[in-house]
Amino acid sequence: MHRFANPNRFLRLARAVFPWAVGATVAFLGAGLYYALFASPPDYQQGETVRIMYVHVPSAWMAMFVYAAIAAASASALIWKHPLADIFARAASPIGAAFTFLALVTGSLWGKPMWGAWWVWDARLTSVLILFFLYLGHMALLNAFDDPARGQRAAAILALVGVVNLPIIKFSVDWWNTLHQPASVVRMGGPSIHPDMLTPLLLMAAGFTAYFVMTVILRIEAEILARRVRAHRLMQGS
Amino acid sequence: MSAFAALLRRDLRLAVRNGGDALMVVAFFIVAGVLFPFGVGAEPAVLARIAPGLVWVMALLSVLLSLDRLFQSDYEDGSLAQILLSPQALVLAVAAKIAAHWLVTAVPLMIATPLLALLLSLDPALLPPLLLGMLLGTPTLAILGAIGAALALGARRGGVLLSLLVLPLYIPVLVFGAGAVGAAASGEPFQAPLMALGAFLLAALALGPWAAAASLRQAAQ
Repeated sequence: MHRFANPNRFLRLARAVFPWAVGATVAFLGAGLYYALFASPPDYQQGETVRIMYVHVPSAWMAMFVYAAIAAASASALIWKHPLADIFARAASPIGAAFTFLALVTGSLWGKPMWGAWWVWDARLTSVLILFFLYLGHMALLNAFDDPARGQRAAAILALVGVVNLPIIKFSVDWWNTLHQPASVVRMGGPSIHPDMLTPLLLMAAGFTAYFVMTVILRIEAEILARRVRAHRLMQGS
Repeated sequence: MSAFAALLRRDLRLAVRNGGDALMVVAFFIVAGVLFPFGVGAEPAVLARIAPGLVWVMALLSVLLSLDRLFQSDYEDGSLAQILLSPQALVLAVAAKIAAHWLVTAVPLMIATPLLALLLSLDPALLPPLLLGMLLGTPTLAILGAIGAALALGARRGGVLLSLLVLPLYIPVLVFGAGAVGAAASGEPFQAPLMALGAFLLAALALGPWAAAASLRQAAQ
């Protein structure tokens, strides 16, 4: 971990990984979209709207995965004062918020024809909405102080407090028996979803993960360079 | 422990000597609650239907409004730095401040609740579950709020930021607090939502003061 606290070493690694991340994003998203839109059957009940799921479920997974990653990075930033962990949390937060927003919007688009409402106050929907608010609070707190380091520490603690929401999201469909369907992929006894639909879903999930790696590398690199520019300006100014 | 008692006594004395501050929160609670009969119409049936939720939302907002003073005045006059420097555990100091804040804001809110409930034509039989829920729920609100207040200490536009940080975390308390009254209204047993509120309180008591102390420490760095 601490080997990569050096920005130069990290940048070298990131630049080596980046082309692979771009390639994986294009390949997985391309294959996933082909399977999702053309090569998979429509659902016997939902018809063609089932294809929304291939975007909705991976975004929801990513929303939670990115939050967990931010929380882990925040913990290491607070405990070991790892400098890159702060930068990672700052870089990943808007991406996670975008995934959460995408999950909410696609869920809403699917809910209108299926449930007859854009929004219902189901436990799963509410807890994901809270996750979205947590992301907004995290981003607001990061930028709320004149001293950026102060904002980073405060946001790191908020990220850790917000972790209580993740198990609530995961188990909300089991604890409250409401409208949102229960887990059908990651569950005891194997996936209950047909392989024809599981293939595009997993391909899309891999594509979303690769996309996240790609964008987060770009954003971390930009942040490191912006800090260098700032430090350089300060040196010239004095 | 004597440090805890001393800080609690100091905060309570400050609140009593400043007098009006605590009452202003109660006044906000009543006045903002009274807006709803004008907004949704004054039919008692409609009001009674939404009254439990309204009382809970108003209590939540009142607690939120009072939070920015929790650490701010100590931060400004330097006593927070003294508390941080003292050899006593910061967790205890934070717990004392939260306890004082709860006694000064939430207890008057609970005393005023029957009045607001009367104005909103709530069935008097529903007051016990409402008040029991508030008794179990408002300490959780104060603890979660203390974390938010410590995080937002010294921020630009701290008040707006505080509501963005704290309100999402308040939703579970609101759900189960209003749920207890809803269950009682439909004649069902309301112990289960109250127990959930108690569970939240225990979890918040166990973890919250530490999180708030950690945020205070980084705020003062």
